[in-house]
Amino acid sequence: MSAEPFVTLTSRTVVLPDANIDTDQIIPARFLTTTTREGLGKVAFHDWRYDATGAQKPDGILNTIDAASHRVLVGGENFGCGSSREHAPWAIHDFGFRVVISSRIADIFRSNALKNGVLPVVVDAETHAQLMEQPGREITVDLSTCELRFGNHVTKFEVDPFARACLIEGVDSLGYLLNRTAAVEAFETRTAA
Amino acid sequence: MRANRRSPYSPKTVGSAEPEIAPRSLFDKVWDAHVVEPETEDRPALLYIDLHLVHEVTSPQAFSELDARGIKVRRPDKTFATLDHSTPTLPPGADGERPYVTDQAKTQVDTLRINTAAHGIELADWGSEARGVVHVTGPEQGLTRPGMTVVCGDSHTSTHGAFGALAFGIGTTEVGHVLATQSLLQRKPKSMRVWIDGGLAPGVFAKDLALAVIAQLGIGGATGYVIEYAGPAVRSLSMEARMTLCNMSIECGARAGMIAPDGTTFAWLKGRRFMPKDDGFRNACEDWADLATEEGAAFDREVKLYATALTPMATWGTTPDAAAPICGTAPTPADESEAKAQRYMGIEAGQPMMGQPIDVVFVGSCTNGRLSDLRVAAAVLRNRKVAPGVRMLVVPGSEAVRRQAEEEGLDEMFIAAGAEWRLPGCSMCIAMNGDMVGPGQRAVSTSNRNFEGRQGPGARTILASPATAAAAAVAGVLTDPRIYLEAGYVG
Ligand code: SF4
Repeated sequence: MSAEPFVTLTSRTVVLPDANIDTDQIIPARFLTTTTREGLGKVAFHDWRYDATGAQKPDGILNTIDAASHRVLVGGENFGCGSSREHAPWAIHDFGFRVVISSRIADIFRSNALKNGVLPVVVDAETHAQLMEQPGREITVDLSTCELRFGNHVTKFEVDPFARACLIEGVDSLGYLLNRTAAVEAFETRTAA
Repeated sequence: MRANRRSPYSPKTVGSAEPEIAPRSLFDKVWDAHVVEPETEDRPALLYIDLHLVHEVTSPQAFSELDARGIKVRRPDKTFATLDHSTPTLPPGADGERPYVTDQAKTQVDTLRINTAAHGIELADWGSEARGVVHVTGPEQGLTRPGMTVVCGDSHTSTHGAFGALAFGIGTTEVGHVLATQSLLQRKPKSMRVWIDGGLAPGVFAKDLALAVIAQLGIGGATGYVIEYAGPAVRSLSMEARMTLCNMSIECGARAGMIAPDGTTFAWLKGRRFMPKDDGFRNACEDWADLATEEGAAFDREVKLYATALTPMATWGTTPDAAAPICGTAPTPADESEAKAQRYMGIEAGQPMMGQPIDVVFVGSCTNGRLSDLRVAAAVLRNRKVAPGVRMLVVPGSEAVRRQAEEEGLDEMFIAAGAEWRLPGCSMCIAMNGDMVGPGQRAVSTSNRNFEGRQGPGARTILASPATAAAAAVAGVLTDPRIYLEAGYVG
């Protein structure tokens, strides 16, 4: 499935300052019995937003912001650690986020996010600290130049060139792989796999 | 026989006219042997996948994607499915119905049955001896082989690296990629060797070692790396212990964990259902022996540990790297995240780890749900009782483990001690099937994650070995299992 193309985004940030925000926080496992990918935004960070009775927690930042104008999530170090559940970026995307920024992002989450129209951006410690201190700050994430800009601050970030092309052009990675079938067949013949 | 064959992993033959190649690691060899198209700056490598394990939670959307495009699974013969995460661990009721936690959980399980039937994939369904937690049953059936690439929509796929396979977790989109093309686009990760000297003392287990490795590296410390565990302490581990160690590689962020195959590996694999037989097996072992890392192979990072000094470990926070010797005290938090974790756990800095009261004990999971794990838990519980007020759940990792444990009478021993003996599945490790730790309750769990709410909303998890978990069940508090184990007990 290819998400809508992503080139540049200017939006406000939501800061979740905890380090090691794991996929069980992003979407608790008991919501994983779904057989579709849609509609998971309502259970994104469920146990941070709702108490045991299902009532909204008053201090839950995600309950108070306007998702449409806050499309950038800034998380503490090592965001997205834990399981391989793609439900995590599905939930984050469906909630409204298009960018996740941290000083370190776990491998599988990063790979999953890129395939679902959520751009993972790893920034240096200083930029990270500045963003953490200014929740709600408007920032611009420009994938054409791989730049992140706010105020006078401009910083470069890295994205795998293939993933970047997929995001910008909306390339469908499964379609790409299906076009490599001849190479896979040749490999199978060569190795008797 | 051998003279006419070369394995894809052989080092350069001495004196041959082949071009010089640098000494390679186990990881390099498995990677190189599976590159369909090498990586370029613009594009990751196209990597061939030998074995794709599938379960009900991370596959339905991938099958839907294939169906929407009218694509069939390319190699059902290299794909194997099991039911484990959403499955009830209690038997069917009087009406013959299995007690699924929700209709949606049942639908998810039935969806995998429909998808595997439609695509000709073998499913370890209800009633199959092969049904079990995907990372327990895969090796048990002999599906996992040294030198393979193995993937599953599950981060603990690293378990299979214990056999010298390159095994890693993938998301559902990539599950679809593998179903459709038997290949993946991957950049080659960096490599790290974790060299472990010495050997584990009696009463100290692979789980304690895994927690010690993760505590040393930190929860994100191996992000972007494939770990090779090597050294005398690793060589002396049993196959089940090696699986426990590799299983937890993801808990320090590693993409995979690997151990070079040796005589221990081959002896464990021999005769399993999907293994080659007779000469085929002997030839395969010769090839696999070539997988070992060559002298002088380069690693991006090297880390050393000394196993002999290790003692039983337990976690005091809400990440697996927050682990400390059980005989010590909970440390002073290094930052606000650690302080918050200790508040959540109700454990104060400076408090002894031993003596922390507990409510629930869970023995099971892909980390510690194998026969040797159940045996050591039973050895602790023999002629003892689970403390009043403590609930203990023992969940075998697979039907095969369950059968063997029942043949040895372990089930009766658990039940006599006051524990619950359940059907195989992930159960309380992930708490998707209704097996949960209550809000605020503290559990000692042999699983792999102690994240907030992992075992149920508000649940507080302490990770430990099966021996430590069983000892906590008896004492009602966290305690050193060595007081309950016969002197010299080695798992
Ligand atoms: S036992 Fe736990 S960690 Fe292992 S596969 Fe099941 S849910 Fe995942």
